[in-house]
Amino acid sequence: MRRAYYKNNWIAALLVAPQLIIVFTFFYFPTAQALYWAFTLEQPWGGGNTWVGFDNFKAILGDSLYWASIWVSIVYAIGSTTLAVGMALTLAIFADRQLSGYKVYKIGMIWPYAIAAPAVGLAFRFIFSPGAGIMMFVNQMFPEIWNPVENGNQAMAMVIIAGAWKQVAYNFIFFLAGLQSIPRSLIEAGAMDGARVLRRMRDIQLPLLAPTFFFVLVINITDSFTDSFGIVDTMTAGGPSRATNLMVYKIFNDGFQGLDYSGAAAQSIILMLLVIALTFVQFRYIERKVHYT
Amino acid sequence: MIERTPLLNIATHAILAVGLLLMLLPMYLVIVAASHSLQDVVAVPPNLLPGDQLWVNLQAAWEKGHLGDRFVTTFIVAMGVMTGKIVMSCITAFGIVFFDHRLKMPIFWLIFITLMLPLEVRIVPTYAVAANALLPFQTLLDLSGITWIINALSGIEVKLEWNLLNSYAGLIMPLVATATGTFLYRQFYLTIPEELVEAAKMDGAGPLRFLWDVLIPLSRTNIAALATIMFVYAWNQYLWPLLVVTDQSYAMIAVELSRLVPKFSATGGEVPKWHIAMAGTLIVMLPPIVVVVFMQRWFVRGLINTDK
Repeated sequence: MRRAYYKNNWIAALLVAPQLIIVFTFFYFPTAQALYWAFTLEQPWGGGNTWVGFDNFKAILGDSLYWASIWVSIVYAIGSTTLAVGMALTLAIFADRQLSGYKVYKIGMIWPYAIAAPAVGLAFRFIFSPGAGIMMFVNQMFPEIWNPVENGNQAMAMVIIAGAWKQVAYNFIFFLAGLQSIPRSLIEAGAMDGARVLRRMRDIQLPLLAPTFFFVLVINITDSFTDSFGIVDTMTAGGPSRATNLMVYKIFNDGFQGLDYSGAAAQSIILMLLVIALTFVQFRYIERKVHYT
Repeated sequence: MIERTPLLNIATHAILAVGLLLMLLPMYLVIVAASHSLQDVVAVPPNLLPGDQLWVNLQAAWEKGHLGDRFVTTFIVAMGVMTGKIVMSCITAFGIVFFDHRLKMPIFWLIFITLMLPLEVRIVPTYAVAANALLPFQTLLDLSGITWIINALSGIEVKLEWNLLNSYAGLIMPLVATATGTFLYRQFYLTIPEELVEAAKMDGAGPLRFLWDVLIPLSRTNIAALATIMFVYAWNQYLWPLLVVTDQSYAMIAVELSRLVPKFSATGGEVPKWHIAMAGTLIVMLPPIVVVVFMQRWFVRGLINTDK
């Protein structure tokens, strides 16, 4: 594509410079630093870092606590993604029928996106608290049935529900936009051929929504790995006995509480690789995004 | 579609109503808890109707969390992130799209790659940079030997230092260092017809004039979209302010909120003051909700075009 251009490259350099400097300072340098820390070990009495090769990674991967954290992260990713994507898809496809009250439904599904993760975390921690409100009542009816403070599985369920609840709004927005970009004429043609509403959903709308679906799926999985800190920190702080110690939370703990920079950096590198792999999958689907026109 | 489907319409409304209920119920329970005294919140059977203590609890939360001061801090940071992001993405994308130079694509990719790794993933080393923002440049000088040369020639030890902990710059800059807005602006600039650029050149408008008088007025919807997402994004920041701020006068609101209840612990500990905490939750979530509800159109558009 040929475009009309300006020739003054000095101005271009000045315009681009601020962002390049800030990206170098807060993105590339820290990422390089993480790599450096991951392959070195700080001397206990100062004197800089010594090269240790893959020792940090070996230590991490030989640590059963780390594998437990990976497992917990996977459970959280699958649980929250399934819930959030499934619910958002169902709601979007029915909301897209645009019956009366459409606007109310739409705003009702969208607004939770605005809430900060710690606020969601606190709200759900209260709702699921065994010592207050509804769950306390349930506990009185059926003693010892609900106690996420001691039961790891229940704590995980609680975190998954809060994480999914927060994510539904985001997914809903994307699904609705995807559905509305399907040309009306296709659906009308289906109706002319005698396909009823549900049939059209199944055979026209859902297949055409596939690119959006995969995009949303990957974003949800990536977010569950990186964006879950606020919810975990306010709800369970990784407990009880590390049952909700997600990877991103463990990095934070090892790095800032345990002051083990090399170990935290090695974990960061592994998480980075995971996120990069997921992003590549995502771009494949973005490139293949079907254009309906 | 014009067809009569009474049963399906009822089912549709039922499904959507259940969805709406699931979205609203948690908020209702928060409001109920925020409007009772602590005894009523932990009473059995639970109160499911709002009480009359809402105003009292809101005031208590406002005072206990110093939310007035935190509002100011958070607002300044949100405005800083918003403005920084809009200005920077506007000019960077302009420099990439409307100029013809060999470094165009490399620069674009350098910025684009930052979309891949969110701040949470590289949190530990980014913190080290915040402790001394000039560390990257010091390292460059050290590695290239310039520090040594200057030291040998003049005897001056080069020690660059700029501590960003407990400062607005430290809160704002790392949040600006991503490509979301740049990407949005680039897509917008690519839709600008070539004739417009040629016409501007023919009329003797230089690049900056063209940017200021033509592109910025045209990109108003872009600015509105970006502003809404960035406001919500910055207002809700938690992990980064938690680390960078130790001086309470710079604490952000989401961090302060989490301090209203003691950390979750297996030993139980004291009963959290749920009524105050839930009142605080209501206060903290209000501004971004107002933005999202009233700027819905811009917000949705921005979200979809930036892919977050």
